[in-house]
Amino acid sequence: MTTSSASSEAAQTAMIPQREPPVRRRGVPGWLRQNLFSSPLNSLVSVVMLVVTVMVLWPLLQWAVVQADWLGETRQACTGEGACWVFISARLESIVYGFYPESEIWRVNIVFAMLAGVIAWLVLPRLPAKGWMALFALTGFPIIAFFLLAGGAFGLMPVPTRDWGGLMLTLTIAVVGIVGSLPIGILLALGRRSSMPLVRGVSVVFIEFWRGVPLITVLFMASVMLPLFVPSEVEFDKLLRALVGIMLFWSAYMAEVVRGGLQAIDKGQDEAGMSLGLGYWQRMGLIVLPQALKLVIPGIVNTFIALFKDTSLVLIIGLLDLLSIIQAGLTDPEWLGYAMEGYVFAALVYWVFCFSMSRYSQRIERKLHTGH
Amino acid sequence: MWRSVRRSRESGALWRDPSFRALLVQAVLLIALTAVIFVLVFNTMNNLEERGITTGFGFFGERAGFSIPQTLVEYSGNSTYAMTFLVGLLNTLLVSAMGVVAATLIGFLVGIARLSPNWLLAKAAMVYVEIFRNVPLLLQILFWYFAVLRALPSPRDSLSLFEAVFLNIRGLILPEPLPQPGFSAVLWALLLAVVASVLLVRFARRRQDRTGQRLPAGWLSLALIVGLPLAVYAINGFPLNWEMPSLAGFNFRGGITILPELAALWLALSIYTAAFIAEIVRSGIQSVAHGQIEAARSLGLSSGVTLRKIVVPQAMRLIIPQLTSQHLNLIKNSSLATAIGYPDLVAVFAGTALNQTGQALEIIAITMAVYLTISLVVSFLMNLYNARVQIKER
Repeated sequence: MTTSSASSEAAQTAMIPQREPPVRRRGVPGWLRQNLFSSPLNSLVSVVMLVVTVMVLWPLLQWAVVQADWLGETRQACTGEGACWVFISARLESIVYGFYPESEIWRVNIVFAMLAGVIAWLVLPRLPAKGWMALFALTGFPIIAFFLLAGGAFGLMPVPTRDWGGLMLTLTIAVVGIVGSLPIGILLALGRRSSMPLVRGVSVVFIEFWRGVPLITVLFMASVMLPLFVPSEVEFDKLLRALVGIMLFWSAYMAEVVRGGLQAIDKGQDEAGMSLGLGYWQRMGLIVLPQALKLVIPGIVNTFIALFKDTSLVLIIGLLDLLSIIQAGLTDPEWLGYAMEGYVFAALVYWVFCFSMSRYSQRIERKLHTGH
Repeated sequence: MWRSVRRSRESGALWRDPSFRALLVQAVLLIALTAVIFVLVFNTMNNLEERGITTGFGFFGERAGFSIPQTLVEYSGNSTYAMTFLVGLLNTLLVSAMGVVAATLIGFLVGIARLSPNWLLAKAAMVYVEIFRNVPLLLQILFWYFAVLRALPSPRDSLSLFEAVFLNIRGLILPEPLPQPGFSAVLWALLLAVVASVLLVRFARRRQDRTGQRLPAGWLSLALIVGLPLAVYAINGFPLNWEMPSLAGFNFRGGITILPELAALWLALSIYTAAFIAEIVRSGIQSVAHGQIEAARSLGLSSGVTLRKIVVPQAMRLIIPQLTSQHLNLIKNSSLATAIGYPDLVAVFAGTALNQTGQALEIIAITMAVYLTISLVVSFLMNLYNARVQIKER
């Protein structure tokens, strides 16, 4: 009796309050000790990295901000040691709109606003009816945007595509490429998994062909060979040729991404659809594809990023996208010697788009992983 | 299945029979495909005839009549288009090989750095990856070429290292090694040392399997590979002279010149692709289950052995296929050379040769076929390797 009461006294029944971590691990010094100076080697690496970082960042900051010239209209405004951002601001309008007529720029702005709205709707998790919005983004929006940009109908002044340029052209190519390559890619992916040998064979050859050649040869082919393929009376717009090439090329990559999703869907889903008496397109459209596409959203977005970056290749066939407008500006005799500013600005624009897309895809990836 | 098919046949509707429908769909596809190809060929023939272009590969034997700044084989303006093709192909392969090696090296270093316990190093690696993979490659190539290498001094004010290596706007100029008679023995010694060390490593492994005793095979073969050629080199009286580049007028004479175009392309390709390889390496290493490392520790393996024998082989299984596809991307991306005028296959063959001959159809088809062949060969080799390292299920 006495022993048991003694032991119950000895045994703690109440929880011991959590103790603070030791001083060595607390606060800023603790964090520094753990992450930067945990061992002699680690400390050495930290010191070296710190020196390198400062040696890189300090001159960069000096050049880009502190000693840079921001205001002005002409080259004479650039007197400092640092970057001459006047080079960018003086030609900002052509960088964004190319040679689009000034009186019609509002049309481009409407399209920009619509694009931003559609993307925001699709990305923000709270807004409803994402499926309808996606359908609109793939069908209604491109049609409206086409009539707004190209004009020639509804009393809008026609603007030939050779006047399109800058960021607006880059976004146009990117959006058309994305909107066009996704449906073709889905069809190819389904074709590659078909049980019909001819359909499968054609899809495999098509996909492997485009994936095996560089985009630049595809663009060359589109600009040199496409006119040969059609009757000589048909006039083929230069931009349209590039777009056809880009769409075909990326649809092959898209097909491989979608195929990954199709393979991840359990065969039982398809079989259950079959036993319900659904036809092939009903099973694919209502059961398999919605699940598969949801799975591969990160992969699709990554393909979008690659496509977006590769729109810059149209420079080589002479379209004036964002990069080529800046590249052309560098050869302007008024503004020689500002290559660094031009490229850094262009890089920043591309980077903002690509980085936000990659962050979005990472977020989706994390969201998809919660099920496990 | 069979029964259902039978029943549907009995009910009379032939188009409800799946196998018949499959046949029908494929027949329609075949007809449509043939029609499309026929129309394309017909249009092309018509167009070519209208423009007075004769098709065929006869142009390969004609004189090209333009010179190329960097050639790995004998080439002049009098050479044929076949030689132009070869020069372009070799230049493509050169920059691709250089890029693959450098990108893999940088990629592995950065990928491992991203997993470093050192916060600064890990973040620096992350910044590297996020910057370089989110900016178009073409922009990076133009940046290195026009903003960095074009800003270098003229040959007269070259940056120099020990008065032997010079860097200026014309490129990087290195001393050229001139092998003297007797130098081939050194190369043979090197080959012999490599073969010997391969055998040594094999022997050491077999001995360890048999007796449990280890040989320091790594160090021994390193000594062999470095030591043997050096010894032969010394015995033969150092049979290698260096031709130093020297300033003559406005340019350098002698030495090997690495064109700024090659340097810019190489830098951009390696740095860009390395960012992707780093991510692949990081995710590959992270994918190795933590229990594996803990098990190795509990067996008493040191952290170095754990890394070499447990983590890396398992990570490699995931890394290799993705790494190959990055290497293939690099080879295909080397075609961007044409933007800065590095004389690769696309620039000299699909560019200059196409403009001169007008044989667009043939030249584009050959160029595409080359890249397609490279892609297929590399993926085939990698599939072989992959089959070897995959988990063997017994």
